[in-house]
Amino acid sequence: MTSYTAHFTPGTRIRVKADYPETRGPCHIRTPHYLRGREGVVERPLGAFRNPEDLAFARPAATIPLYHVRFDQKGIWNEGEAGDTVLVELYEHWLEPAA
Amino acid sequence: MAHAPHPENVALLARFTAALAAAGLVTEDQIAEQIARTDRASPRIGAAMVARAWTDAGYHALMLKDGSAAAEAMGISMVGAPPLGVLADAPGLHHLVVCTLCSCYPRAVLGYPPHWYKSAAYRARAVRDPRGVLAEWGTTLPEATQIRVVDSTADYRWMVLPTRPEGTAGWDEARLAALVTRDVLVGTRLPTA
Amino acid sequence: MPEDAPNPATHDIGGAARFRCTPVEPDDEAPPDAFGKRVDALRQLLAQRGLMTVDELRRGVEAIPEAEYHALGYYERWLRSISGLMLEKGVVKAEDLRP
Repeated sequence: MTSYTAHFTPGTRIRVKADYPETRGPCHIRTPHYLRGREGVVERPLGAFRNPEDLAFARPAATIPLYHVRFDQKGIWNEGEAGDTVLVELYEHWLEPAA
Repeated sequence: MAHAPHPENVALLARFTAALAAAGLVTEDQIAEQIARTDRASPRIGAAMVARAWTDAGYHALMLKDGSAAAEAMGISMVGAPPLGVLADAPGLHHLVVCTLCSCYPRAVLGYPPHWYKSAAYRARAVRDPRGVLAEWGTTLPEATQIRVVDSTADYRWMVLPTRPEGTAGWDEARLAALVTRDVLVGTRLPTA
Repeated sequence: MPEDAPNPATHDIGGAARFRCTPVEPDDEAPPDAFGKRVDALRQLLAQRGLMTVDELRRGVEAIPEAEYHALGYYERWLRSISGLMLEKGVVKAEDLRP
C-alpha cells in the first residue's frame, strides 16, 4: 500500500490526470470522465479517505487525501455562462500540478 | 417515470432474502426496523438545520465547518452515515447538488432521494446546463448570480444552505423552516417568504 | 477531456449529450415502494454486518450492461448488485437465487 501526504493547498492550480482505467478492465473510479485532463483550482482539502478503487473490490485500501476542486464550466463544455463553476470531490492520486 | 419492479426481480428479492435469513444474517423484524429507521429521515431535518443557522451565528459557523456535527447537534445520529458537507449560498453565488456517477444524497438529513434526482436526465444535464435544469423548476436566479454545481462524487454528502429570504425579519425558527423544502436543500429552488 | 478520449463508462453520464434533450421532471417524486425500501434495508443491514461497502455496491451497479442499466429501476440495480456481491463472497449460493 502506498501512503500519501496532502500536497495541495487551497488556490493551487491542478490538472486531473487524463487516465482512462475503464479501458483496461474491471474497475471502479470516482473521477468523472468529463474532468479527465481538465485544469481546476483546489478549493479546500476534505480530509482523507480510503481509496474507493480498492474498497470496491474488497482489497486493502490506502488512505488518500480528498479535495474539493473547482472547475470553470465554460472550460469543460465550451458553452454556458462565464463564471459558472462545478465543484467536485477528487482524490489526490488523480491530481497533478498544472503546468 | 419510476416503474414497478419487474416480477423477475420481485422474485429474486424474495429468494435472496430467504437465503440471507437461512444463513442467519437477517430477520424480518430487523428488516422492518431498518425500514422504519430510514423512513424517519426527511427534509424537515435539513430544513430545521437551515432555520437554526439563519437565526444562530454560532450554529451557522458549525454547519459550514462540520455538517455532521451540526446534524448531531439537532439530535440526529450520524453514526454510520457518510460525512455531511454544507455549502452556503451568498449574494451572487448559488449551489446546485447532483451526483453524476450514481445518486449520492444526504439521506440522513433529507430522507430518500426523489426519483428525478436519480434520473439520467438530471445526472447528465445538471453539470452541463444547470440554468436549463433550474428553468424546469421555474427557478430563475437573481441577476449576476453564478451557479456552482456540486458533483457529489466521493465520500461526502452535500446540502445547500440557502440565503435567508427578504421579508423574514423577526420570524421564529419554525416559521423559517417551513420555507425550506427538499428542493431548496438540493438547490433546484430558492426559498421565498 | 481530450478529443481522442475513450468513451465513458455506462454510469458516468455527467454532461452526456444523449440526455441533453431529456426533460427533468420535478414532479416525479416516486418515493420508494415496498420493494425499494426492502432492498435499501438489506443493503444497510449487510453493510452493518461488514459484508459489503458502498463502494462494492457501486461497483456492482456499474457492472450492469448498458441496456439493462437504463431499463432497470434504481432499486432493481441495487438488488442486482447486492445479490451478485453476496454470491461472489459465498454468502449465498447460485442455487439459492435461481428460479
